[in-house]
Amino acid sequence: MIEFKNVSKVYGDGTKAVDDVSFTINAGEFVVLIGTSGSGKTTTMRMINRMIDSTSGEILIDGKDIKKEDAVQLRRKIGYVIQQTGLMPHMTVYENIVMVPKLLKWEKEKMQEIAERLLKRVDMGPEFLDRYPQELSGGQQQRIGVIRALAANQDIILMDEPFGALDPITRDALQELVKHLQEEMGRTVVFVTHDMDEALKLADKIAIMSEGKIIQYDTPDNILAEPANEFVESFLGEDRLQQRSTMQTVDQVMVKRPISVTSDITLGEAIRVMRDRRVDTLFVTDMDNVLQGLVDFEAINKNRKTASTVQDIMSHVYYVKSGTLLSSVADKMLKRGYKNIPVVSEEGKLEGLVTRASLVDIVYDTIWGDDEEVESIPLETTQFSESE
Amino acid sequence: MIDFFNNYGAQMMRLIWEHLYISIIALGLGVIVAVPVGILLTRTDKLATFFIGLASILQTVPSLALLALMIPFLGIGRFPAIMALFIYSLLPILRNTYTGMKGVNPDLVDAARGMGMTESQLVRKVELPQAAPVIMAGIRLSGTYVIAWAALASYIGAGGLGDFIFNGLNLYIPELIIGGTIPVTILALLVDFVLGRVEKKVTPRNHVID
Repeated sequence: MIEFKNVSKVYGDGTKAVDDVSFTINAGEFVVLIGTSGSGKTTTMRMINRMIDSTSGEILIDGKDIKKEDAVQLRRKIGYVIQQTGLMPHMTVYENIVMVPKLLKWEKEKMQEIAERLLKRVDMGPEFLDRYPQELSGGQQQRIGVIRALAANQDIILMDEPFGALDPITRDALQELVKHLQEEMGRTVVFVTHDMDEALKLADKIAIMSEGKIIQYDTPDNILAEPANEFVESFLGEDRLQQRSTMQTVDQVMVKRPISVTSDITLGEAIRVMRDRRVDTLFVTDMDNVLQGLVDFEAINKNRKTASTVQDIMSHVYYVKSGTLLSSVADKMLKRGYKNIPVVSEEGKLEGLVTRASLVDIVYDTIWGDDEEVESIPLETTQFSESE
Repeated sequence: MIDFFNNYGAQMMRLIWEHLYISIIALGLGVIVAVPVGILLTRTDKLATFFIGLASILQTVPSLALLALMIPFLGIGRFPAIMALFIYSLLPILRNTYTGMKGVNPDLVDAARGMGMTESQLVRKVELPQAAPVIMAGIRLSGTYVIAWAALASYIGAGGLGDFIFNGLNLYIPELIIGGTIPVTILALLVDFVLGRVEKKVTPRNHVID
């Protein structure tokens, strides 16, 4: 865990590169620092391995103040990847990969083994070990740059715009690779970029920075759903905000606590609930609120004489887990004609209900955008139809 | 020609040896002093301007005058001559070491430091290998200068091929002047060639491929 506590970096001439920043990066998280140039994002990142020392505040790694540690020893525990790869041209690929293990005086066999294993992880064969960096393509070079940061089992990896100089296709492949490696190996990554698409694609959390301050620090979904201010909105751009409905999950639009009954109640009681709540279907759950099925008015009417409790007549129901993307649910509703779809938690408990009306809301938002237009247009239409 | 070699051959070999001896020691001292100082200077920019300026000024003192200036302090003979040549060898090595080290791609330095190299590891494993061709070019330049100027060392009694040249001048024997000058030129070319080979050898692969 990395904690920033009121950290500032002020240069001799009075410029504040980083201004009273406080935030926490949990172990295993992929955190992207994003901002325009001069926003302090790179400075913030470089303070973690003390390439730049803060002028005030403290930075703690796993509770220990990094200023109390020897900078060289600290850096050996933190992986470091920079844009122009920083591979040593006078060293072979092997020597480059094992740079930090060598500084830590690991045994030769261990270094050889780890170099081969890591190369394999990025789809490169052992024949590359004896080559020199300039004999590789840009994408291959940065693969080496990335695995070099993993070679000494560093728990934290710092990446400073590592894919900025690559073509879009190579960049895409490397982004996938890094995200995959990070998830698989459970490393904490602090990643600096100015590319919002890259941030949205990779990040567990995004810190949007401007003029040395963190403007918003949250998950990509939350930032898209609720940009903190106009700066964040403009940084996200119109397009992405428009597309946010496709990024939304069912949790954001579902009706909470839909009407449900437990499976042991009688048909008569069920009918009464329907009448009181003005609905024609009821969800059936067990005592722990785990979704069992559904009963509708027709089924009750048909089986009124033969069945006694709803358990006997309830039918199966299609449901989705909480966290499902709304776009996929909308697709199913429209194609298969469900009127509504219940949302359940990981344990199967009934949490909410996505109805066709929720979809209408989204379509409405996407078409009409902000509120002013929405108010004016329907009014005109109403007047028009009245005059006819 | 044959007469010349018959009369002066043995003496010539001795003088060539003396000449080389003086030059190599002066150049060796120059490398030992100027390379580390050059490296240190890359860590302190203010001192760098001062030291490189100082070395440049020393370089402008006429060589004969510098030799003469040595006499009151160090007397005559080999030692003051070596000292004077050493001072002359400093500037090209110092300047090339400084510019060579400064010219190392800053990304490499940043990456090396960021991965946890100490300052001395950074110098030994990254900066020196990268700057080696430039430093070597400075040593090579100094080498040829020192060979040429060592001819003047005979003026303060240091020996070397300068003995032939000065004797020839004093006694009006053109053969001696030529017999001193040609070996000096050949020696200078030879040293240049050898150091050139060394320069190639220390050049990292990336420079060849670029």
